Order: sequence, then structure tokens, then C-alpha cells
Amino acid sequence: MLSGGILGGIVMLAIIGPLISPHDYLQTNFDNLLQRPGLSGAHIFGTDDLGRDLFVRAMRGVQITIVVAIVASAVSLVIGVAYGAIAGYVGGRVDAVMMRFVDTLYALPFIFFVILLMVAFERNFLLIFVAIGAINWLDMARIVRGQTLSLREREFVEAARLTGVSTARIIFRHIAPNLLGVVIVYVTLTIPQAILVESFLSFLGLGIQEPQTSLGGLVDAGVNQMEGASWMLLIPAGLLATVLLCFNFLGDAMRDIFDSRSAR
Amino acid sequence: MSLLSVEDLTVRYGDNYAVRDLSFAVTRGESVGLVGESGSGKTQTALAILGLLPANATTEGSITLNGRQLLGVTEKALNAVRANGVAIVFQDPMQALNPFLQIGQQLSRILLQHKLGKAAEARARVLEMLERVGLPDPGRQYAAYPHQLSGGMRQRAMIASALIAEPMLLIADEPTTALDVTVQAQILELLADIRKETALLLITHDLGVVAGHCERTLVVAEGGLVEQGATREIFARPQHEHTARLLAAAPRLDRAGVPAGSPGETVLEISGASVVYADRGRRSLRAVKEVDLTVQAGETVAIVGESGSGKSSLVRAALGLVPLHAGRIVFCGAALHGRAQNRSKKIRRGLQLVFQDPAGSLNPQMRVASIIAEPLLVHEPDLTAEVRRERVASILEKVGLGAGYLQRYPHELSGGQAQRVAIARALILSPTVLVCDEAVAALDGTVREQILALLREVQAEEGLSIVFITHDLSVVRAISHRVLVMYLGSLVESSENAALFAGAAHPYTKALLQAVPVPDPEHAGGKATLAGEVPSALNPPSGCTFHPRCQHARDICKSEAPQQRLVGNTTVACHFAEEIGGQ
Repeated sequence: MLSGGILGGIVMLAIIGPLISPHDYLQTNFDNLLQRPGLSGAHIFGTDDLGRDLFVRAMRGVQITIVVAIVASAVSLVIGVAYGAIAGYVGGRVDAVMMRFVDTLYALPFIFFVILLMVAFERNFLLIFVAIGAINWLDMARIVRGQTLSLREREFVEAARLTGVSTARIIFRHIAPNLLGVVIVYVTLTIPQAILVESFLSFLGLGIQEPQTSLGGLVDAGVNQMEGASWMLLIPAGLLATVLLCFNFLGDAMRDIFDSRSAR
Repeated sequence: MSLLSVEDLTVRYGDNYAVRDLSFAVTRGESVGLVGESGSGKTQTALAILGLLPANATTEGSITLNGRQLLGVTEKALNAVRANGVAIVFQDPMQALNPFLQIGQQLSRILLQHKLGKAAEARARVLEMLERVGLPDPGRQYAAYPHQLSGGMRQRAMIASALIAEPMLLIADEPTTALDVTVQAQILELLADIRKETALLLITHDLGVVAGHCERTLVVAEGGLVEQGATREIFARPQHEHTARLLAAAPRLDRAGVPAGSPGETVLEISGASVVYADRGRRSLRAVKEVDLTVQAGETVAIVGESGSGKSSLVRAALGLVPLHAGRIVFCGAALHGRAQNRSKKIRRGLQLVFQDPAGSLNPQMRVASIIAEPLLVHEPDLTAEVRRERVASILEKVGLGAGYLQRYPHELSGGQAQRVAIARALILSPTVLVCDEAVAALDGTVREQILALLREVQAEEGLSIVFITHDLSVVRAISHRVLVMYLGSLVESSENAALFAGAAHPYTKALLQAVPVPDPEHAGGKATLAGEVPSALNPPSGCTFHPRCQHARDICKSEAPQQRLVGNTTVACHFAEEIGGQ
């Protein structure tokens, strides 16, 4: 609950902060390089090596990071659930072919895959979603398939089959709703994973490109100024850690809620 | 002085009382039955005695064993008592035994843990104990893992592990509920036998089990004691109305409740049916071998057998849930082929199934109204929502649930209510044949009676045919016109209800009938006349598959499988049916 509150607070701040702040995240100010953070000054988080306001940039970073994470998780949710449920319910040869395809994708070295994408196409926002989504839905598909295999044998599914309920209706009316608990828990655990991957890519300079920024990009910039301006590293790194922790706790809380519900 | 003394025991979870002011005592060497329906607090009492209650339970009162307090003492003090003071045998031995340890290791660990013997002696003592509980070839069982033993063997191993530290009191919590009736009789005889060494607290819902094996009986309801006394007294003259109700609902073989209505034309005919499960061509398991079954309109046919007898496979093949290997199924004049998906809607709506586990057969995410309406959506898609709602409400009314249940989820229903909903779903299409697969096995005695009464009522009103699969002969007695007895995939005997119970001709049927525990201390039943357990269908015995367990077996039984033939009033597959039937 506390983690949910903190997370809500950060997100609200990330949305409202840049709107009410007098500074813009792109606006440079060469008279004001590497200013220390402080509540009294105009820049509460200080400024970076180009004189940009770090508070606005950090909030912008949170926005981008969370949007990337949520969209990527949503992509993996839709593809993964549909793919896993179909493979698991239909079974047999269809299942074997579909799951071998997943295994093949698993075998692709992720970083290599991302670099290839970056080289082959223009670096853009969309590509990050594709790259992260392409990795995350594999896990989701496997988990959903496993659950579906056990649900398929449950008597209420057998009862539906016996009555003559169509396969599509069985999957969407009987299987999918009963996957909900597992899926929701897994999504809340996928989001921090996606955040980490995005930050990692941005840190390597493969993710979000300047002048746009994300928490990973800010940490990367901070590392370069670590000796003179430690706040440039500590503030985005602290935010990143807090957001990750909150999502993880939230995931645990969700699991407790859904576990107790299924045990009822 | 009493060995175990429980005084004003209360176990509660927040404001939910599981046990309330329960007091009783067990003296040395005594056997006491603790009887109640599910949720009456019997298991909670056992866990309280052993100090195994979950952390969120609050206890009050006192439990003393040999004068030593067990409630609210430290784990260390409890451990000392658990070893040679109290031991427990749980319902499901597969859960209670460690799957990663050999049986012998598990038992010798108990000895070593409690410093009751040296490592060198442990093996000999364990082997002795395994022999004592009737495990054949103790040397081999010592090195066996739990999954390599059958259910009955596992329960024997569990009893051995409970006894090895020579406890003063053995608590057996529904020790035979998960076992077949013939194995149940064997285990109960074993428990009666070891009673010479230890006091026994037998927890069960089955009055028949208590009648045969306990000197004293305690009846609990809603966490409190309603009656206690000598078993004979309680069964003969129950003082409390709850006890009387339990006794009235207890399964009995001497009370026939043959349903109303007279059978009409044949609606379902299965001939020469075989079901084979293949393991990718390597091994094949013949679950059903050339079984014939006919069901007439308005008739109830019961199929009885122990687990592994093929009774479920037979009806599943008829329903199209598993493929039929050989044979013919004719339903209302039309031959049925293949899987359920490929059958016409008309046939599907004519054949409906009610499952054993009422909770598992209802989608937990759907409300009662949509669960019952689903078959209508498939078979009568043209109905308006209004008509559909009316039909659902009226069928729910018919199975004895009001409109208040329409918006409930399955987890908000009791077992009996959930089974009524499952029956309503099966009945809404007005089927010709209703198949009930162990439909009352998971229900308490009084609820079971109600569900059977409901089925009889529906049958009388609508002329429905019912195929009732069960392992419980008292259910057979109560509901069926005709009975089929199956053993290892074959039909061994079939006859009219009354004829079967008056004089069974097949030795297996006779043994089944003798093994049923009867709630009457004067003639308790529950006799273990069958040794051993059902052999594996992967490697069935030659000739008559029953011969290894049959006390009448002669040479011909080993080599030649008997044919079905009419003997007296029953059709039976046994070489010596005339002799045996006459006994």
C-alpha cells in the first residue's frame, strides 16, 4: 500500500512537475552549469553540465521510463496471453510448433538483436517498445501456456466442451478469466523488468536518445560527471531504485491478494 | 486416570470459532471415535492436541497427556511428547510421506531423532515394524519411495511411522477416506489390531467406521460436543437429535430406496466397448474390456467398482470424452462415433454429465446464472434474454435453490449447493440420459441424502435415465434399478438392485458387500475378506483377472477367463458362480 502511494506520488510529480516549473527540459543555460541542488535556489535538483534544470529532466525521465515500461508490458500482455492460451488449449502439434518458435526467439542474444535493430533502422522511440516487448512476451506466453494446460483439464472446461461450447468461447470465457490472477501478478513484475532493460539500453547509449531522456540516460550522463557533480548520478539513480522497489512490492502485494483469492 | 484429557478447548480464528468449549477424555488402551460432518471441528481438535495449529489460531482451555500440559507450551516440550506420547495418521499418506526419502529412511529418522535407538539397531526395528503393519516383503519396502507404493501400502507405511516410537495415543484423522472399500477394511482391521498397544482416537465422518471399531463415540457439531457415550448405546438410543439425524443419513445396505417409475424402451446401448490408453505406442493400458451396457428410459443403472475398475473410462467413452477403441454405442437409435466435438447437437444435449467435485466443475469466475445459461446459449441461441432468464430461474427453483443464488459465485456456495447448480446446468437442456460420475462422493451424509432425493424426484417427474458411477454400495442400494459391478475393466456381475444385495454370485461382489462398514455395532460389516489390492491394468493377471485375490480360485481360473452367463437372477462372469452364489 505504501509502495503504491509513493509510486503514485512520483508519477503525479512527473506529470505536474514539468508543467508548473519555469524551466524546460531542453533549455540550456551556460551561465548556470553544474549548479548544486538546494531548496533555496531556482533549481531544486541543481543543473547538469549543459545548465539544464535537473528536476525537470528527472521528471521527464520518469515519464518516459514509465511509459516505455507500461507500453512494453501491455504489448507483452496482449501477445503473450493470446499466444500462450491458444498454444495451451489447442495443444498437440499446434502447441509444439508454437512453443518451438518461442524457444527459437529465446535463443537470440538480446543485446545483439537490439544493436542490429538500431543499426538497421533509424533510432526511435518505437524501436525500444518493439525490442523490450519482443523479449517480455516470451515469458508471458510460457507462463500462460503452463496455466492453460492445467486449466484445460479442469472439470468446468470439460463440462463446457461436453455441452458444445465453441473453442473460441472456451478460451475467452472459461480459460482467460481464470488466468487473470497470474497474469496481473506477472505484469506488475514485468514492468520493473522492462524499466531495467530500458535503463540498461539507455545507459549503453542504445535507448532513448538526447535531447530526450529517461532515467537510464540520466544515470549515464551522471556517471560522466560523477566526480564533480555527484547529484547528477545520485538523484536519477535514487529515483530509479525507488520506482523499481515500489513496483516489486506492488507485485508482491498483488500476488498475496490473488493467491488468497484462489485459495478460497 | 485418563491418558488424554481435553478440557474446555476452544480454537478460534479471529471471531470464527472452529472448536468451542470441547471437553473429553481418552483412557489408556481405549479406542474412541470422534464423529462429525465436515466443518464440525474434528480435525482442528486433532491439530490442537498435536500443537500443529496454524499461527493465526487462538486456543483456550487445556489439553493434558499423562498429566502434562500440551497447550501453550514450547515447541521443544511438545516435540518430546509428539515422539512417544501422541502420533498421527493423516488422511492422505502421499502428502504426509516425504517423496524424496525411502520409507525405511523416514522411519529410522524418527527413531534417531528421538534417540530411541542406535543407528545400528534402527534398521532391524524398522523392518520389524513394517512387517507388523502387514507390508509384504519388508526388505523391499524399506528401500521403496512413497510413489512406488499403492495407496493402501502407503497408509500402512504411515501407520508404521506413527507407531515406531511406541506412542501412548494414536490419532487417526480420516485414515481410510481416500482408500477403496476393500482396502479400507484392511486398514481398519490393522488399526483394531494395534489397539492392544496404544489408545486410538479415530476421527471420521463415517458412522460405519466407528460402529465396528470404537468402544466409545463422541459426536461433534459446529465445534461443540453434542453427545458422547458407549458406541452401542449411541447407535441404539441416540439422545441428541443431531446424532439421530447423522444416523438416519448414514449409508446403509439394508435400506433400499428403489426409485419410482418403470423402465421403458432402450435409450442407450453400449456393446463390446473397449477403451485403451496408449503410451506413445510403447505400452498400452486396457481400461475397459468388452463391456455391454443398456439403459432404458426412466431407469437408473449404477456402475460400481474400486478405483482402476474402468467405470469412469466406460462412461467417458460413451460421452465422447475419450476415444472408444472397439465396440458400438447406440443412443436413441443413432450410432455414436468419435469425440464429443464431432457429435450432433441433438445427441450432445441428450447426454449430460454431473461431475464428482462440485466446486471444480463450475467456473470460479462465472456467476450461477451464467453457468446455468451457458448450455442454452449453445443449443438454443435464438432464445431472447428474457426467456433464458426465466428458464434459468425455473430450473434453479427445481433443484431447490431460490432466485437469491443467481448472482452468486461458486465459492459462495456450499458443496451441496454447488452440486445442485451443476445438476441444474445438466438438466436445463432436458437430457434423455444423465450421467453422474461419483456425484455424491464429496458430500456429507445428510447432503448426500438430499442430492439423491433430488435426482429421484427429477427422474420421477421427467422420466430421465440415470447412469450413476460410484464406489459406494450404499448409494447403489439407495438409487439404482440395476447394478453393474466392474473389476479391472471387465464386467463381473450385473443384476437387479434387490437381487444383488440379496445374493451376489461373484466372489468380488460378495467381498465388496462384506467390506462396507455398516453403522450398526451389532453387525458392523467392514470385514476385510479380500487380501491385497487391485493389480495394475498395465499387466493384468491371466485368465480370470480376479483370481490372485479370490479365495475360491482354482487352476482353471488362472488359465481361462470366465464368460458372462446367467446364474439365478444375476449375470455373472465366474467359473464357480453356482457354488459361491449359493453360500
